[in-house]
Amino acid sequence: MELSILFLPLIASIISGFFGRYIGDRNSEIVTSALVSISAILSIIVLYQVIINQYEENIVIATWINSGSLDVNWSMLIDPLSAVMLVVVTSVSALVHIYSIGYMSHDPHKPRFMAYLSLFTFAMLMLVTSDNFIQLFFGWEGVGLCSYFLIGFWFKKESANAAAIKAFVVNRVGDFGFALGIFLVFYLFGTVNYDEVFQQIPTVVDKNLSFLGFEVKAIDLVCLLLFIGAMGKSAQILLHTWLPDAMEGPTPVSALIHAATMVTAGVFLVVRCSPIYEFSPVILNLITVVGMTTAFFAATVALVQTDIKKIIAYSTCSQLGYMFFAAGVGAYNVAMFHLFTHAFFKALLFLGSGSVIHAFKDEQNINNMGGVWRKLPYTYALMIIGTLALTGFPFLSGFYSKDAIIEFAYLKGNTTGYYAAGIGIVTAFLTSVYSWRLIFKTFHGEYNNKEIKIEETHESPLVMLVPLFVLSIGAIFAGVLFKDLFIGHGGENYFWSESIKFLEPLSTDHPPTWFLLLTPSLVILSIPIAYYLFVKNKKLPNEIASMNKPLYNFLVNKWYFDELYEVIFIKSSKKLGIFLWKVCDGTIIDGFGPDGISSFIKKCSIKANKFQSGFIYQYAFVMLLGFSALLTFLIVK
Amino acid sequence: MSFPILSSLILLPTIGALFLFFTKDKDGNNSTAKYVSLFTSIVNFLISIYLWISFDQSISDFQFVEDRLWIEGFINYKVGVDGISILFIILTTFITPLCIISVNNSVKNRLRDFLIAILIMESFMIGVFCALDLVVFYLFFEAGLIPMFLIIGIWGGPKRVYSAFKFFLYTLLGSVLMLVAIISIYWISGTTDVVKLYEIGIDTKYQNLLWLAFFSSFAVKTPMWPVHTWLPDAHVEAPTAGSVLLAAILLKMAGYGFIRFSLGLFPIASEVFTPLIYTLSVIAIIVTSFIALMQEDMKKLIAYSSVAHMGFVTLGIFTLQQQGIEGSIIQMISHGLVSAALFLCVGVVYDRMHSRMINSYGGIVVIIPKYSILFMLFTLAALGLPGTSGFIGEFLILMGAFRDNFLVAVLASLGVILGAAYMLWLYKRVVFGKLVNEDLKQMLDLNKSEYVILTCLAIPTLFFGFYPDPLINTIEVSVSDLINMHNINLASK
Repeated sequence: MELSILFLPLIASIISGFFGRYIGDRNSEIVTSALVSISAILSIIVLYQVIINQYEENIVIATWINSGSLDVNWSMLIDPLSAVMLVVVTSVSALVHIYSIGYMSHDPHKPRFMAYLSLFTFAMLMLVTSDNFIQLFFGWEGVGLCSYFLIGFWFKKESANAAAIKAFVVNRVGDFGFALGIFLVFYLFGTVNYDEVFQQIPTVVDKNLSFLGFEVKAIDLVCLLLFIGAMGKSAQILLHTWLPDAMEGPTPVSALIHAATMVTAGVFLVVRCSPIYEFSPVILNLITVVGMTTAFFAATVALVQTDIKKIIAYSTCSQLGYMFFAAGVGAYNVAMFHLFTHAFFKALLFLGSGSVIHAFKDEQNINNMGGVWRKLPYTYALMIIGTLALTGFPFLSGFYSKDAIIEFAYLKGNTTGYYAAGIGIVTAFLTSVYSWRLIFKTFHGEYNNKEIKIEETHESPLVMLVPLFVLSIGAIFAGVLFKDLFIGHGGENYFWSESIKFLEPLSTDHPPTWFLLLTPSLVILSIPIAYYLFVKNKKLPNEIASMNKPLYNFLVNKWYFDELYEVIFIKSSKKLGIFLWKVCDGTIIDGFGPDGISSFIKKCSIKANKFQSGFIYQYAFVMLLGFSALLTFLIVK
Repeated sequence: MSFPILSSLILLPTIGALFLFFTKDKDGNNSTAKYVSLFTSIVNFLISIYLWISFDQSISDFQFVEDRLWIEGFINYKVGVDGISILFIILTTFITPLCIISVNNSVKNRLRDFLIAILIMESFMIGVFCALDLVVFYLFFEAGLIPMFLIIGIWGGPKRVYSAFKFFLYTLLGSVLMLVAIISIYWISGTTDVVKLYEIGIDTKYQNLLWLAFFSSFAVKTPMWPVHTWLPDAHVEAPTAGSVLLAAILLKMAGYGFIRFSLGLFPIASEVFTPLIYTLSVIAIIVTSFIALMQEDMKKLIAYSSVAHMGFVTLGIFTLQQQGIEGSIIQMISHGLVSAALFLCVGVVYDRMHSRMINSYGGIVVIIPKYSILFMLFTLAALGLPGTSGFIGEFLILMGAFRDNFLVAVLASLGVILGAAYMLWLYKRVVFGKLVNEDLKQMLDLNKSEYVILTCLAIPTLFFGFYPDPLINTIEVSVSDLINMHNINLASK
């Protein structure tokens, strides 16, 4: 049963990918959706088993790489952590599969699309159920590949192709760190299997490595390198630039890959490696700082974007930042909890925005929308639920997870912790403002679209609304239902058992009441503020923008990261390539090497040619000269 | 003595070639020549598979050894295989029939002569991989130049003469020193028998010079930076089948030579010169990747990427770690499959449009979807995606390198990022995007023979990516024995 969770999506992908042409579009859609749905149901059963019976197992499927002391298997590890991920991945994936039937109904390449989605699901499952770092890396690159395919799915669009390559290459930068991390793990522990590595941690805690003359603690270096990989995949600041561009892909892809599953792989990695990270307070602090910086940065950028999907993309980036700073303050279970709830409400928001885009016939600019809430009542209601959950409105899922993150940061009790909690609260407020801005600009105010008449906008078909509805249930109840299980305090049947390690148990104190009330009240307060700014007094935001032109430009241009990278990396790489090719290879190596030598020999032989002029008097003259020289030499001697 | 299976592997293609030489082409379309050469090469492939099956993986000694007197007191014709050489033999016998099939589409004139060249070449290559006498090795190693020289010089593109001579002189010049070294080894040790030399070892004081002499030959053949500039020119001018043979097999002779001779015969010198190899390998990986990024000619791009991939190979060999050397061998096999396939992919579009320039393509995915899928697969294998054979090789090499030297591994890993960039950018510009060039619309998708060839290359690429055990098991004992021997030699220094 466990293995069928893993392989049903692969089978679905093969059927749809290779035989889609023969079985037809509709059958491909049905087959893939059905198989992934079965996989989702089985995952839920497995999670249930894990919760009730503390079921854990490591199934070895086959050997993979077996070189010297390196021994890697294809395997499926089921423990609380992977069981939660299984449910998140397969259930969101199944819903996205079904939704895509409606969303992609006008696309000519449906089987290919469904095949990619299923293949992605398979790769993601390989990632989460791995029992070693190399299979994790397989899944890691596999999901990156599927993401590449799906971002560039509309291959005729130049921007989509560019975004796809950007996503892959930026991820490869992260993977570069990740791979080095794996090498270092193998170097230190002689194995890459989690349990063997984790057991040996205490033996290397005090080990130092020297690199380029620096002495570093081995364990810090491992954590840092793995975290670089996580930063790439989870779009943390500096390596985040691919995520907004990835919105070039079809919207269901954004919901599945760039919100609910793939981008959370980095968080998963850190949580999975908690037995290592626990021994490296330095890197944990770094993670906190990176996480909160990303959360804040992305929220500020989201405030001023006009593309509906990019706003949500930056919002994802920001929420991933929250998850990292939860992990950074040592609250790995809270990070997982936020990952879990986030999957539902963010997928809901993306799919909802897809429904809006569908209604407006591929319009994505929120300035060209507005006033359609009566026309799209279900989408509107569901989007509201998603927004409430995201902003952490009391008693929806985001409320439990996000507030828990801020509380734990506060309870950490050190400077980073307080600082993180402060940034967390500010960001929560910003999140609420930009989320409501999106809702108000999209659904309220006047109708602003010049190309399509308001009568032509239409509600989405049932096949798209049902998945939205299911997700909205998750967005409402996932928090309250799973709160005790995920972040409850200890007890006999502690859910995470060995899969998450704490050196010191998490604090069970409660922060002061005023602190607990602060975030929810800001969140609630932000609704009327946003309503005033974006519906009632629309001139005000523009005035604020024009008053602070430099700041506004800074935000609209996403803190100028893309421009900076363009200059530093892309242009200089191209110049370097040309230089190495034309100058080094051409002028220097070939010029002094083969071409130089051959032209030198040619010159010499032309010179030598001149000796053979064929004129007797020249030969005679040379002979005479030689003869007299010889004679002189003999006489003088 | 049992049946001389290795000699028959070496001789069979030559016999096929002789047969072709004496047959007359009656019907004008060379069908006899095609069938005879294809038949010979496939039989040879089957024999090599039989060889692999009957090969005993658990011992590190050379097997199927044949030892015949050639010149009394000087050279014996001695051949034999261990786990390392057997894989290269199979690679050779596997690639050759595919080349012969591919010739159908690309070579228009003097087809029979072309096939003769390929078959002779196969004989020489197999000879290189099983020679156990330095002189025999040298003869095969150098003889391989001749058919390749002719393939480029006769059937090549417009600048074929320049390229053929550059290729020939470059490699010959490198090898002259190797010949000198072989002769001195004979004077120093009194034998050129590799197995005996392994046992008695070579005096430490000569090792450095001899190592450098062998290195000069292998470095050019690999090719290592900075003596790589013949390769892009040779590839660009060579016909598709020539490029395939060159990339898939010819380059592997050097990697094989490094393992068999540089490491095996001169362990102490190898240790001394490891920093040199590391430096040149890392430069090759990074510099040629940057160059590949900016190429406008598809074949040149793949040629430069070959230099980068071979940089990984030389790096892995001299890590002297089990993972490093095994990774190098797998990387060579994988590169043999993948670069062959990539050159064939370029050949497919070249045969149709007669252009290798990247900018004359774009948007062909709609027109030739089957081709696009297979091309994508090989692109991914070339950038080392997990699940393809390219990943196993690269990852093991870097893992081995990391154990030996952090900095080298870190720098070499940068090549992985650049590899993704240039391969995906190539693919995007050729296959995706808007269809601008109207002529492309008349392109036909893969015909049957192209489809067969590329699928034949795709299957092992994927299979060994998911299940490299057959490869690793074959080489494991030989490699660990090599490393042990090396360590013993170093300890007794």
